[in-house]
Amino acid sequence: MAEPTITLNVTRYRPEKDRAPTTQTYVVPYRQDWVVLDALNHIKDQMDGTLSYRWSCRMGVCGSCGMMVNGTPKLTCAAFLRDYYPQEIRVEPLVNFPIIRDLVIDMTDFMEKLKSVKPWIIRKEEKPVSEGEYLQTPAELEAFHQFTQCINCMLCYAACPVYGLEPKFLGPAAIALGYRYNMDSRDQGKDQREIIGNHDGIWDCTFVGECSVVCPKHVDPAAAIQRSKVDVTKNWFQSILLPWGQR
Amino acid sequence: MRDFDSLDLHAKDTIFGADFLADQDAVEAFVQEAPGELIQLEHWGCPWSRDPDGRVSVRSFGGMSVDRTLFAADKTGFHLLHSLFQTSLKYESIVRYDECFLTSLLVDDGKVRGVTSINLYTGKVEVIAGKSVILCTGGGGRIFPFTTNAAINTGDGMAAAYRAGVPLKDMEFVQYHPTGLPGTGILITEASRGEGGWLKNKDGYRYLQDYGLGPPTDTPTHRKMELGPRDILSRCHMQEFAKGRTFDGPYGHYVHLDLRHLGEEVIDKKLPFVRELASKYVGIDPVYEPIPVRPVVHYMMGGVSTDINAKTNLEGLFAAGETACVSLNGANRLGSNSLTELLVFGNRAGRSAATYASTASPPAAAKIEALATDEQRRLDRQFLKKDGGKEKIATIRQEMQKTMEEGAGIYRDEQSMQKTCNTLRALRERFKNIIIEDRDSTFNTEVMNALELDYMLDVAETVANSALRRKESRGSHTRTDFPKRDDANFLKHTLAYRTPDGPRIEYLPVTITRWQPEERKY
Amino acid sequence: MSAVGPDPAKLYHQKIPATWWLTNRSYFLFMLRELSSVFIALFLVVYLCQLYQLSKAPDAYNAFTQKLNSPGWIFFHLVALLFALYHSFTWFQSSAVVLPLRIGERLISRPIVTALHVGAWAVVSVIVLILFLALKS
Repeated sequence: MAEPTITLNVTRYRPEKDRAPTTQTYVVPYRQDWVVLDALNHIKDQMDGTLSYRWSCRMGVCGSCGMMVNGTPKLTCAAFLRDYYPQEIRVEPLVNFPIIRDLVIDMTDFMEKLKSVKPWIIRKEEKPVSEGEYLQTPAELEAFHQFTQCINCMLCYAACPVYGLEPKFLGPAAIALGYRYNMDSRDQGKDQREIIGNHDGIWDCTFVGECSVVCPKHVDPAAAIQRSKVDVTKNWFQSILLPWGQR
Repeated sequence: MRDFDSLDLHAKDTIFGADFLADQDAVEAFVQEAPGELIQLEHWGCPWSRDPDGRVSVRSFGGMSVDRTLFAADKTGFHLLHSLFQTSLKYESIVRYDECFLTSLLVDDGKVRGVTSINLYTGKVEVIAGKSVILCTGGGGRIFPFTTNAAINTGDGMAAAYRAGVPLKDMEFVQYHPTGLPGTGILITEASRGEGGWLKNKDGYRYLQDYGLGPPTDTPTHRKMELGPRDILSRCHMQEFAKGRTFDGPYGHYVHLDLRHLGEEVIDKKLPFVRELASKYVGIDPVYEPIPVRPVVHYMMGGVSTDINAKTNLEGLFAAGETACVSLNGANRLGSNSLTELLVFGNRAGRSAATYASTASPPAAAKIEALATDEQRRLDRQFLKKDGGKEKIATIRQEMQKTMEEGAGIYRDEQSMQKTCNTLRALRERFKNIIIEDRDSTFNTEVMNALELDYMLDVAETVANSALRRKESRGSHTRTDFPKRDDANFLKHTLAYRTPDGPRIEYLPVTITRWQPEERKY
Repeated sequence: MSAVGPDPAKLYHQKIPATWWLTNRSYFLFMLRELSSVFIALFLVVYLCQLYQLSKAPDAYNAFTQKLNSPGWIFFHLVALLFALYHSFTWFQSSAVVLPLRIGERLISRPIVTALHVGAWAVVSVIVLILFLALKS
């Protein structure tokens, strides 16, 4: 009996020769416990060494292997062939990002946006390390913990039509990261993260909600954004009605 | 650090766990600075799990006498990484060269002058000049076929230092983590045992009690049973396998890690990632079924030889973390010491490197140019413009991994180690004949894979040869032909120096301060 | 930040097709939700006209309401009502996302929060209906 196989249709783009991306078809062995990444590695190792893509941990924690699988942004290390077999699988680079080569996209904009929300603890006064930790109750930790789970895989940006249509939009992961620090009881820098409340921050979001649907770590950036909207609005009213409260 | 703990106790646990091969001055410095570094990370936002009173929590971990391991749910490394990375974004003076692949260290007049790298975006070889260079490229687990390690852990920094004349220390000591998923090698954290998980053989028996780690208790007891050190637990697994008491599956032998008695609430609170990984990758929900696990390569105790200030014997070159071997971990590392090591020795390396750079003279531009041109020529010849060839990169890589598993696995003997050393030499030759299909300059990952394999072959050779020369069993290096520890002859570190015909092995005494070697019994 | 990056000249910029919202069910439902505002706005315009007519003589108002009795306008109002209901329902779903409600330590699941909103809405609607009927008689 012949070994079962599955067909992958993979985007190729070699800037030195190609004007635009094309599709290349590969027929790979089908294994019940293989993920799309295993198939790509098989292609690269055994069939076509010229296929380029990013990957690393293969356990869903490094965020490197995000690609479109049959039109949905997925981590290829978590997309099992058995969920598609015997249908063909389309593997394409994440949408809404420029393509560098084959399945590799340009992350520059994403990295800049992450940095722009000042994702670090900002304090009015720092405590020396010798004085020990800042106290934080389990409840306070719970308030922001889910938003620390982001692996920077950018699937949410690929899922967000607003980001696709308006590249200036800060985007789900960046806002969720800003929210994570705003909600951390040890942080005192909310007023320095005004970029979140700006025009291209939360207000570009129309709550399509697809970012939270595709997030492999259940960070729920859509919730972070909507809650930020409430928060920012509340602060705005407070600053208007109770200006002295700012001190 | 809690009241029931002490620096000496942490030091003793570490030295004992290292089977007395750790340099005790390094351990003493380490335990002293560890608490401060962990708090520093807390100040930098690390979401440590907390006690009700708001203090950072501690838990039990393998080989530790008391609860002292801080944790951030079951993803401590992940959270340390992100906290550190995000904090680094604050400082404009920190400039990253993302996706530039190290190809060599630039050395002139006995001093390091920077590095050469391939900028993956453009495919060009570039010089990054620097008065100090710190190597922190992680371990090299990918020289083995089953490993918890990511694709990028190919020993690049270790090999680069080795090629620049720096010895690699204690390379034979490779840690097998007792609980990885069969097939993928995905790590099931030691925390699952810290929280009370049990290891059972195919008869449902907690077999560790047969190997001097008993008596079995319902809740975890420090240093006993499932909280024993990793090397011992991995050996117990192999012995169960030899007795025919392990399960057999499509990826070979495995045992069960049973978490059912912990209950859904504890699992969701303390081990949520474990539940996710088991469900996704082996279709097991640990709340209802035990997880199949087996030992997989996880960590290299050995690495670039440094002193306790992260300095190597090459002026201007420093190393820290898994890449380095101070030696803090000796012949076997205790869980949670590695992440802490990164913080303590990362800090020390940074300070040493900065101090050195502030007094060093900048490298001469012309000299750098010349070195860079040589490197470009080498890379063109061997990789970028390489024609012909008949060996697939993957073939050589897989054969290397296979021979490492056979000769340098958990149980070793003279014959199989010698065979592995010979095979690796042959693979080195065959590597000259690899096929590079991808001729494009933009994001050429095939060239990158070839460079990684090149590094891995060097690292693998140091592991196998160092192992062959150590005629004793100590820590994670276990030989069936020399089953006992031999302090008289081998209470010393192995140093592997590069020669064109393979590693030259020398030795360095272990620094003993206050803890005299004794029998390592748990 | 990173000192290196890809050559912008070699990047391929992917275009979003105008039919992006037809590529999956979530996007389509999102567009319907957005479209519902248009229908609500149109309804509001008709309603304001109605009020305006009311401010004039009774004849004008009656003439106006007669026009609204036509099948075309009834159909429009039916469609607008369905969209308004959908709009409100999705609003309650959004509220569940924004307000994490707790009973003690436990988080109330979002479908339940939405159901509570819908329930409250139903109760208020019934009360309004009763008042309306009472005032009418």
